[in-house]
Amino acid sequence: MPPPRSRRRHTAARPVRHVHHHPEAREIVFDFLQGYDVLGAFWMTVKLTVLSALGSLVLGTLLAAMRVSPIPLMRGFGTAYVNIVRNIPLTIIILFSSLGLADIFGVTMGTSDFDVQGFRLAVLSLVVYHAAFVCEALRSGINTVPVGQAEAARAIGLGFGQTLRLIVLPQAFRAVVVPLANVLIALTKNTTVAAAIGVAEAATLMKTMMENEAQTVLIAAVFAFGFVVLTLPTGLFLGWLGKRLAVKR
Amino acid sequence: MTDASAAKDAMAGTGDLVVLKNVNKHFGALHVLQDIDLTITRGEVVVVIGPSGSGKSTLCRTINRLETVDSGDISIDGRPLPQEGKALARLRADVGMVFQSFNLFAHKTVLENVMLGQIKVRKTGKQAAEDKARALLDRVGVGTQADKYPAQLSGGQQQRVAIARALAMDPKVMLFDEPTSALDPEMINEVLEVMQQLARDGMTMIVVTHEMGFARSAANRVVFMADGRIVEEAAPDQFFSNPRSDRAKDFLSKILHH
Repeated sequence: MPPPRSRRRHTAARPVRHVHHHPEAREIVFDFLQGYDVLGAFWMTVKLTVLSALGSLVLGTLLAAMRVSPIPLMRGFGTAYVNIVRNIPLTIIILFSSLGLADIFGVTMGTSDFDVQGFRLAVLSLVVYHAAFVCEALRSGINTVPVGQAEAARAIGLGFGQTLRLIVLPQAFRAVVVPLANVLIALTKNTTVAAAIGVAEAATLMKTMMENEAQTVLIAAVFAFGFVVLTLPTGLFLGWLGKRLAVKR
Repeated sequence: MTDASAAKDAMAGTGDLVVLKNVNKHFGALHVLQDIDLTITRGEVVVVIGPSGSGKSTLCRTINRLETVDSGDISIDGRPLPQEGKALARLRADVGMVFQSFNLFAHKTVLENVMLGQIKVRKTGKQAAEDKARALLDRVGVGTQADKYPAQLSGGQQQRVAIARALAMDPKVMLFDEPTSALDPEMINEVLEVMQQLARDGMTMIVVTHEMGFARSAANRVVFMADGRIVEEAAPDQFFSNPRSDRAKDFLSKILHH
């Protein structure tokens, strides 16, 4: 039988525990979220990510095609693009798109709405920047395709474009699903740089909330968690897909 | 001349199909093709043999310009080999090629491998292309494998698919670049039999090989190369029983007696 003293302490602790298990506890801990459209901000992040991913996939593929093209001018352009763009910080590219392209050269991106223009400039910058990385990932994939595949394609009369499109690139893409997933994850996180030109995505909202609320660490944790929710499944899914699509030789 | 070959000549029309004139090529300091003159007439089966590094594969690959040449002229069916671009692609479609390492398109099924060129180059309709592909696959004995991927087939089966893929383009001439060198011994015959049948059907063939049996039985002419030169050209019987050059005698003594 337990001594009476310990039983008394046990009962004394009970009210404290009761507070922790209060049904309203979650709302009390996270009440700093009230009045902020966190989901809306992440939706903007998703839109930036998806559009930029598609754009950089297209531009990156074109650049990779240029880099393996038999025409020296194309090869030169592809090489120069990659080596210039991937060595400039994304922040500078995005600031240039806003301060340079939009303000000085008057590129309005087909809209007079400031927010829409910012969004489009951000997508443009993200595309331009990540295309260099997509290109390099893809080029490493092209190098995994045995030369004989392209030779066989040319031997049945396919031209350079057809050989690349029908034979080499499909095999190259399958080889680089995982490296491309890395680029996509980096891209997702890099959308936060759009905050520099005021696009209302997750990082912009996080900054606003941190200025207005006291729970800065919790706010950071919520946003960090939000990004992990976006990127972790992407990485896992594409990792699985990469294994599935691998070309057997 | 036998009746069969007489009929073949009449059917194909006379004339030179592949002509190489004074062809030279270097790989850096190595003079890999030296003053090559070679004429292949329609319906002829020419087997190119010789020691490793003698330039036979390179010779074979210059004929559809997978290797460029430094000097000299190559013409096919009376037309000089175009430089690059569409004209070259058109010509390549008329020249079938079979590689040592098969080179089947790894991401496409066997059937798709044989259909691709017909659809994309010849602009054949899908159904017609499939019918022809299946017929060709049956002809080379791999009809039941049509829906598999190349990696699921044995080497011999893959090489027969590769032959079907080349035949699907209705080529004027077929180039074989050591087609059995990458095969297990037991699979060599199944490929050689397909090639024998092709030769009997009157296909013009240039075959780089180490298979002396095939050279004896199927070739109209044996071309012996050494050190980048054509050292000797003769009918197979004459070449194997009575080679003229010392280099050929030496080569044959090494491969035939052991």
